[in-house]
Amino acid sequence: MSQPSADVRDANATDAPLQAPLGDAATSAPAEAPANVAKSIEARDLDIYYGGFHAVAGVSMTIRPNKVTALIGSSGCGKSTFLRSLNRMHELVKGAYVDGKVELDGRDIYAAGTDPVAVRRQIGMVFQQPNPFPTMSIYDNVAAGLRLNRRKIKKPELDEVVERALRGAHLWTEVKDRLDKPGSGLSGGQQQRLCIARATAVEPDVLLMDEPCSALDPIATVAIESLIAELKERFTIVIVTHNMQQAARASDYTAFFNIERSGDPGRLVEIDETQTIFSTPASPATEAYISGRFG
Amino acid sequence: MELAPERAARKPEALASGVPQRLGDRVFSGVAKGAGIGILVVLAGVAIFLLIEAWPAITAPAERIPGGEGLVDYIAPLAFGTVLAAVLAAIIAVPFAVAIALFVSHYAPRRIAAGLGYVIDLLAAVPSVVYGLWGVSVLAPASRDINAWLADHVGFLPFFEGPASVTGRTMLVAGLVLAVMILPIITAIAREVFAQTPRAHEEAALALGATRWEMVRMAVLPFGRSAVISGSMLGLGRALGETMAVTIILSVSGIVTFNLISSSNPSTIAANIALDFPESSGIAINALIASGLVLFAITLAVNMAARAVINRREKKEGR
Ligand SMILES: Nc1ncnc2c1ncn2[C@@H]1O[C@H](COP(=O)(O)OP(=O)(O)OP(=O)(O)O)[C@@H](O)[C@H]1O
Ligand SMILES: [Mg+2]
Repeated sequence: MSQPSADVRDANATDAPLQAPLGDAATSAPAEAPANVAKSIEARDLDIYYGGFHAVAGVSMTIRPNKVTALIGSSGCGKSTFLRSLNRMHELVKGAYVDGKVELDGRDIYAAGTDPVAVRRQIGMVFQQPNPFPTMSIYDNVAAGLRLNRRKIKKPELDEVVERALRGAHLWTEVKDRLDKPGSGLSGGQQQRLCIARATAVEPDVLLMDEPCSALDPIATVAIESLIAELKERFTIVIVTHNMQQAARASDYTAFFNIERSGDPGRLVEIDETQTIFSTPASPATEAYISGRFG
Repeated sequence: MELAPERAARKPEALASGVPQRLGDRVFSGVAKGAGIGILVVLAGVAIFLLIEAWPAITAPAERIPGGEGLVDYIAPLAFGTVLAAVLAAIIAVPFAVAIALFVSHYAPRRIAAGLGYVIDLLAAVPSVVYGLWGVSVLAPASRDINAWLADHVGFLPFFEGPASVTGRTMLVAGLVLAVMILPIITAIAREVFAQTPRAHEEAALALGATRWEMVRMAVLPFGRSAVISGSMLGLGRALGETMAVTIILSVSGIVTFNLISSSNPSTIAANIALDFPESSGIAINALIASGLVLFAITLAVNMAARAVINRREKKEGR
């Protein structure tokens, strides 16, 4: 892979170091842990359906706090489906439902009476295609989630949070002079960083990313990867990727999903530390996939 | 891969000559061009006809125009009534149309949505004379108590000054009926566009923890805004030209007033032409045609304003 480009290092150098987030995660941190302890996710016997179609079967895994967990596997094995079930975006598809448990720090997000809207405020998401709101300015895009969460937020405070989120996404220096311009006027890589700023501005506990770099060129990809390494100081990150080098570079844990025959549901084959998965995986299927021998 | 060089070689040539290569393209572009020119010719023809026929009234001395005060004094109250009725209709119809369109596209279960959409479309199939009869025989009597209440309680507003009409054949009822008439077109356009809101933008809002209504405000309404504007303008245009319903409902007296609930109302251009044309002759007919020319100009201006609004929005959003 190429080295980080000059502009990426520039952005790193000129952006101020991250400040502590506003969220309540900071106050509940144990004494010796870093200031920002994010939350863990525990999936238990998760079965995911699209109407009559059983898309993912029997997934149990632990997603550790302040770590990057990569989900890999061939196309159609249910990575996106699993990811979207972690913040209850899955059920937006007509007829789609989930059976099993997903616990955010021990609390089942699928428990009866749990509001999916509240879940999504805690577990943010970045999509494959950058999707800033086209009618909103750059500033308003970043502020969008805050205006939902805390309606009566004051302008100076909002300015501060927007700046911090944009700095955190390594975008501040590029856009600080045109915050009132539409977000759709940015390049693809800038738009994706804007989307990351938008998702992180509300200080979620977990950040889900579905192939966030697949629409980007290698330089923008490296920029996002270095950003991910920083973001895990504050968030738990789950990232879907088709790029083996990216999984190896950017993640701490890797989960391999596979689908045995077409029509079968996708299953979790194994999850382990990324190093282990890429050096001595337990399953031959994992070995075959990461070394490029499919089937 | 093999095809690429050939295609690359052919493309600039086609671009440079600017001529479509295929017969289908040529036929289509010819038909499209012909239709476009045809429309312009018809439009110009109508304008010229109106101008020629209106000319005697424009040049005639003031006392020969009906009313005896000149053409401007003759047409101005009519133009005022026309715009007032149409704007009133649009103000009533647009919020309902947007709400119904949102309900159909984003809230209702699929089967109810389809049924409701169909019913709204049916509203457009009702002849306007039927709306007029409905307005004068159902809505007008029913509005009497409401008019009286409005005059008593919010009479300090110029719109509800009173005295309340005893027949109910008021500008308010005319506006309401016009609103029902233009509801289908605005709803149809808004519904169509709301349903096309990119899934990516809806999901972006929902993933931020937006409720459904917040998602609608963040993603759906901004996406559909220019369509709602153009739909409203189309509705406004239809209300401006609407004849039968207003002719039947409104009790007119040729005054200029914002009072919506009294029995003396300004007439509209179209209704006035329909009422007076059969009994007019000579210069009076030319005066009626001159008022038609003004209606034509107003409608044209509304449509151009709609275009301008939409273009400006699109430029601002960088689309
Ligand atoms: N909206 C949907 N309705 C019905 N089936 C779906 C839907 N979305 C996905 N599926 C099915 O669910 C299975 C898993 O799809 P998913 O998108 O999760 O795969 P993926 O691992 O993310 O693949 P990719 O790597 O190509 O993104 C596939 O068989 C797919 O056809
Ligand atoms: Mg996917």
